[in-house]
Amino acid sequence: MISDAIISPLGFSTEENIQNLRLETTGIKEINDARLWSEPFYGAQIHTEKLEEAWSVVPIKQSYTRLEKMMILSVIKLIEENPYLNMMKCGIIISTTKGNIDALKDQNRKEYLDSIAKTIQHHFSLKTKPIILSNACISGGLALAVGKRMIQSGEVDDMVVIGGDILSEFTLSGFFSFQAISKVPCKPFCKNRTGISLGEAAAAVWISSRSTINTANGKEAIIISGDASANDANHISGPSRTGEGLYISIQRALKEAGCKSKQIDHINAHGTATMFNDEMEAIAFNRAELQHTPVTSLKGYYGHTLGASALIESIIAKHCLLNNELFASYGFEELGVSPSIDIVRVHRKQEIRTILKTASGFGGCNVALVLEKVTI
Amino acid sequence: MIKETYYISGWCTIREGTVCKNGTLYYKDSDADTAKDFAKGLYAFMNLKYSKFHKMDSLCKLGFLASELLLTDRKDIHQDTALVMSNKASSLDTDRSYQESINDRANFYPSPSVFVYTLPNIVMGEISIRHHLKSENAFFVTDYFDASFHTKYANILLSTKKASQVICGWVDLDTDKYDVFLALIAKKGKKKLTQSSLHKIYNQ
Amino acid sequence: MPELKEELKEKLITQLSLEDIEIGEIGDNDPLFGSGLGLDSIDALELIVMLEKDYGIKLKDPKEGKAIFESITVMSDYIIKNRTK
Repeated sequence: MISDAIISPLGFSTEENIQNLRLETTGIKEINDARLWSEPFYGAQIHTEKLEEAWSVVPIKQSYTRLEKMMILSVIKLIEENPYLNMMKCGIIISTTKGNIDALKDQNRKEYLDSIAKTIQHHFSLKTKPIILSNACISGGLALAVGKRMIQSGEVDDMVVIGGDILSEFTLSGFFSFQAISKVPCKPFCKNRTGISLGEAAAAVWISSRSTINTANGKEAIIISGDASANDANHISGPSRTGEGLYISIQRALKEAGCKSKQIDHINAHGTATMFNDEMEAIAFNRAELQHTPVTSLKGYYGHTLGASALIESIIAKHCLLNNELFASYGFEELGVSPSIDIVRVHRKQEIRTILKTASGFGGCNVALVLEKVTI
Repeated sequence: MIKETYYISGWCTIREGTVCKNGTLYYKDSDADTAKDFAKGLYAFMNLKYSKFHKMDSLCKLGFLASELLLTDRKDIHQDTALVMSNKASSLDTDRSYQESINDRANFYPSPSVFVYTLPNIVMGEISIRHHLKSENAFFVTDYFDASFHTKYANILLSTKKASQVICGWVDLDTDKYDVFLALIAKKGKKKLTQSSLHKIYNQ
Repeated sequence: MPELKEELKEKLITQLSLEDIEIGEIGDNDPLFGSGLGLDSIDALELIVMLEKDYGIKLKDPKEGKAIFESITVMSDYIIKNRTK
């Protein structure tokens, strides 16, 4: 993982996001917007004025949706910070769960996910069209895994993984119908949790076969050393009670990384704060003998950003490794899952070398990534 | 590294009222006006008994029926058979019906059982449940069936041992226009897996 | 009120897509979840929407649903007591 950029309510660069996480600032606020929901609710939304301000300097070629602006800004940031990044030679994957779903009302065909790939291709004058991955809430993590696999196979040397989703009436009403929206900002793994908070964000990551780029000899770099996804084969909306798919994903990812459970220093969990999800994760972590490994969910800062979530969380995990720090699991008060796990309560510095990143989603899907720090 | 050769061990297509299995006509129904009715007729013809079928949206029904065609009578399907699917319209067919239920604030009753199908990967969840596949899943959205990408990705999954077999294909539904193609990729089979062989049987 | 019970059975079959089941097969006191009709968590959520849409009953806590949706008889008693439309 060479370089990355996050566009979120916590900032328009990875650095700004990390500063805010250190200060334990959350992006989740009360939102009072009748176009989204008839009553006030809690969610993490990007400030439209701030987005437009950042966008105002971008040379425009066509009309863009909110999501496309967010994604393009993340890629622009990535290019700015990496003069050696040649997008023409990169494979590109875009992960999104619902894309421009708010365009359904306008029927301008922007609701087709492929239109985002066209927009990105056109904006950056790319030769090949990016491929879209849409696999519910694990999309961002799975896109990284797919990118890594493409590189591993020798297909390409460099991949750019872009991810993003917006906070829309469509998803909000759906999660309300599932009785899954928390009345207060979400509280992952906490006894007092009552559901998720939704969020919106975009991010871009450059991964490469050449881990030495941007890094001098003797310095440290972060690699994806193992990855796997597995289906629960149990239920389309509820997670498996035994954490089966997640457990299998973790086992397979660890195996590929050549890593034992006790070598994992930190878990960056999915932690949506629904009753069933968090319980399922705790069960899977216990089955994988990770009950003593410190766990953080970043959903308390970002809310659930769907197709962007596992991508953003992987980026943060990467920087945790580089900076030797663990972020507090925001919103957590008291353990509320039956098998015991160790939740990070306050931000702390700690020497870490290996992080397990997991995500789970509707359709029974799960993904696990092992991120490892290596010395070049 | 010597590259192993993989094979297409079975395939099926469902489009324009016609169902073909391994290139041979299996079922035809030109009278069904909607994808839903067509799927219902095919379900009855196949003599299936699976109550979850009726709850599925039309995209899942079509993908599910194709997987039944592909996997029935096969005893060699392992738990780690990966599912890699793609389409153009994602879950828009159901997205549109869900959107209708929330268009009017005065008559605003979003349905959870419709919302759950507003994700394209649910079809892989349904197939996984039916065949106990605790395996790799990935759903891609592209403009057309990209045989080249599917060939590459199936090769990656098999050669890295992330899966022992791969079911790949195209499961698309857009306002009653449906196009479904599934192929089972394995270590043994009828045809050698190449971009052109996969493309050819998709077009059959 | 036998009509309400019949109405509920019909709604159950259409709204929860139980196409393999006939109205006559659902007993008034049969358990709807678990061993009975085999309804699941999405069905329960759908029934909560149905209570609100068709009978004007808004559950304060979705957990209440578990007791209310025990059987057709329990459901119909609850609706008679609480309906606003």
